[in-house]
Amino acid sequence: MPDEDRDHDSATPDGRPAAAQPRWRQDFPIDTPQDNYIARREFAKFLVLISGAFAFGQVWILWENWRRRRRGEPALVQVASLEQVPVGGSLVFHYPNENEPCLLLRPSENTLVAYSQKCTHLSCPVVPEMQSGRLACPCHHGFFSIDDGRPLAGPPRRPLPRVNLTVRGGAVYAAGVELRTV
Amino acid sequence: MPVPERMEFFIDPGRCIGCQACVQACSECDTHKGQSMIHLEFVHRAYTTQTVPVVCMHCDSPTCAEVCPADAIKKTGDGVVQTARKPRCIACNNCVLACPFGVPKMNTEAELMMKCDMCYDRTSEGKKPMCATVCPSQALFYGTREEIEAIRPRSAPTHAFRFGGQTVTTKVGMMLPRRREAEYLDVTAAMHEEGRGKAILLNMLEE
Repeated sequence: MPDEDRDHDSATPDGRPAAAQPRWRQDFPIDTPQDNYIARREFAKFLVLISGAFAFGQVWILWENWRRRRRGEPALVQVASLEQVPVGGSLVFHYPNENEPCLLLRPSENTLVAYSQKCTHLSCPVVPEMQSGRLACPCHHGFFSIDDGRPLAGPPRRPLPRVNLTVRGGAVYAAGVELRTV
Repeated sequence: MPVPERMEFFIDPGRCIGCQACVQACSECDTHKGQSMIHLEFVHRAYTTQTVPVVCMHCDSPTCAEVCPADAIKKTGDGVVQTARKPRCIACNNCVLACPFGVPKMNTEAELMMKCDMCYDRTSEGKKPMCATVCPSQALFYGTREEIEAIRPRSAPTHAFRFGGQTVTTKVGMMLPRRREAEYLDVTAAMHEEGRGKAILLNMLEE
């Protein structure tokens, strides 16, 4: 449908009015105002599609939550025995799969903590600095607290994922990963 | 801000002395550094030293934009045909072949057609185009119609050009003698002419 209400600056090569021009000339206009012109139908289409995408995103989040809950508790996996981790020592293990390196740390006699080794900035492996009580990422000088894994300095803004631990009969078990945002 | 309607561009080829000042001034512009959007053409190099500055004529129905398959050449409301939009231009050369005045040139390195946009960054701010400010003989003139009529009483600008069966009307005016007959340019005539370049080449070989 030719848009009668549009302004036409350019003359047409054959001298006939704009409405009498072939369809392609209206689809590929020469004038900048017409090139930027958005018809009501196009705008409505844009609104419907974008709101549809947002609505679908919400449904998808709910679906993913439901799936995560259905997955249930992860299996207990023995990662080390207590003797393997001296006080002030650390140990690398993989949990929940081969591609997820984690750090088991023992800052004091009765404290055991475990974090994912991947820096939350760009996934470089973090290195424990037990003396200063922090985990350091050498890539961009990011630092995390050993006590709770929260970021102390540098580019990372999210804390390291924490691995829940259980100690039973001198053995350390990993029981789930706690992903955190703050 | 659009280019003021009363300000117009006039070319007076008869006053061109071939000094290349416009070409140098154009290529100094920061928006297309090192590349001139104005061409200085020789009318017939073997017989005369006459040169013609060629700027975009800013047609009312721009053929370059008509043939652009990528929708890259657009005309603003003030009648200025802008150079190709960089994200859209596909370097197909259609405009280069189609323009009856031979204005668009392909920048093959940048894969972008670049042509004169009447110094839109300057004229939209109320300044004159670069070439018109430096032209010593005022073959390139930017100003009002009253000004050009006052300084060139024997000439009058024309805005219509005939190429074969097509009449092209332009925003830029070409200064022609006031008493003149309508020119008719037979665009296919060159096909039947003897190749001039060839004849010169043969002479050189005979010597």
